[in-house]
Amino acid sequence: MPGGGDPPGGGVNRIVVVGACAAGLSAAEALRREKFGGKIVLVGEEIDAPYDRPPLSKQILASQWEAERLALRPAEQIAALELDLRLGVRATGLDLASRTVLLGDSSVEYDGLIVATGVRPRRLPGSGAHVLRTLADALALRERLKPGRRLAVVGAGFLGAESASVARQLGCEVTLLEPAPVPLAQAVGVPVGEVLAQVHRDQGVCVRTGVTVTSTSPTGVQLGDGEFVTADEVLVAVGSQPNTGWLEGSGLELDDGLVCDEFSAAAPGVYGAGDVARWHNPLFGVTMRVEHRTNAAEQGMAAARNLLRGSDARPFAPVPYFWSDQYGLKIQAHGYLRGHDAVEIVDGDLESRRFMAAYRTGDRLTGVLSLGMPPKAIRPWRQAVAAGTAWSVSETLTTR
Amino acid sequence: MSLKVEFDEPKCVAAGQCVMVAPDLFDQRDEDGVAIVLDDSPSPDQYDEAREAAAVCPAAAIRLVEG
Repeated sequence: MPGGGDPPGGGVNRIVVVGACAAGLSAAEALRREKFGGKIVLVGEEIDAPYDRPPLSKQILASQWEAERLALRPAEQIAALELDLRLGVRATGLDLASRTVLLGDSSVEYDGLIVATGVRPRRLPGSGAHVLRTLADALALRERLKPGRRLAVVGAGFLGAESASVARQLGCEVTLLEPAPVPLAQAVGVPVGEVLAQVHRDQGVCVRTGVTVTSTSPTGVQLGDGEFVTADEVLVAVGSQPNTGWLEGSGLELDDGLVCDEFSAAAPGVYGAGDVARWHNPLFGVTMRVEHRTNAAEQGMAAARNLLRGSDARPFAPVPYFWSDQYGLKIQAHGYLRGHDAVEIVDGDLESRRFMAAYRTGDRLTGVLSLGMPPKAIRPWRQAVAAGTAWSVSETLTTR
Repeated sequence: MSLKVEFDEPKCVAAGQCVMVAPDLFDQRDEDGVAIVLDDSPSPDQYDEAREAAAVCPAAAIRLVEG
């Protein structure tokens, strides 16, 4: 085991990574960068080589890019990892005792396991609605987005908002339906959510808040109050569910994700990474599950390294980061904004749509978000979040 | 062995992750935060941070070519 001149991951000869997108690939690459010379089995449910998802609701939907640009790595770089790559293969179960992952009719044994099976979109009752998670989803939707067509987007989170933005710019008539009084209020707070909703309204999107959609049909959506909103296409973007069904009954703890400790470990030799993992982030002192692109890469790396390090494992304590592009505006946020107690504009102003917002949770600065600001301006704030800075101290960073 | 940094600028999302892990190799433009490659031929002692930058880039915009 760790120490001396042992090769990394002593005693570990075969590592199985389930999930072949950003987190799974990042884990596989990190294993090789750490000089793990054993076998790596990378299992992916989708048939496509590992590809990137954030552009699906941006450049792909807008037909600015073709699918080939999504590849996370060129084929020769994937080949250089010398993986046992099993694409189009779905994990169906896990036997912890015999260290075996079930793959339908076959199975694979492991010495170390990294679970990176991601999430799948929540759906609504009814039929005829699009969701947006996979490349196939994005291509199917973009095929239908033509000038003058009516698109109803259910859910004004970042995915729904970005899709509405693209569709509007393509000339579609867009209705954005959101159950909360203010879109994204939970994620970014009421003032910022209101600004983002207004941006959509200014662009001609019909933003309807406080409405519940009970079902979808090929001709529109049914609202909870009995109204029917007619649309040519419906996109349901009401959040995701972790892909943990294959782990049920395995003995691993599942609670809106695979429950992991601060090292991203779910059990001895078993680690979680990316959208599927709910882990204890010691930097914020809370358990979180983060569906952001950067977290997938970072947690994939951390899981791989901790798997090899054994007792020298290091806590995974990142500052989460996300960005969103809507109508040419860039939103960037660092930290853990969810559940914040207060939000304050610390630079710029909401009216001009150029601002930086700081988030307080308890007596700490826990997050910062910028809209339309030079991205470098956010860096000192990100560092302050990473340092666990007290809110009262962070006020000295304020430039206004 | 040598290592060359290739940067696909139109893919860059201005996250600045590369600057955080490899400040000697990358910077960000002031106006829009798009990354700038400061040194596309890192020295061997910078290989690790170059690889880390390519790995954390959320847009897969950094590619390393080993020669």
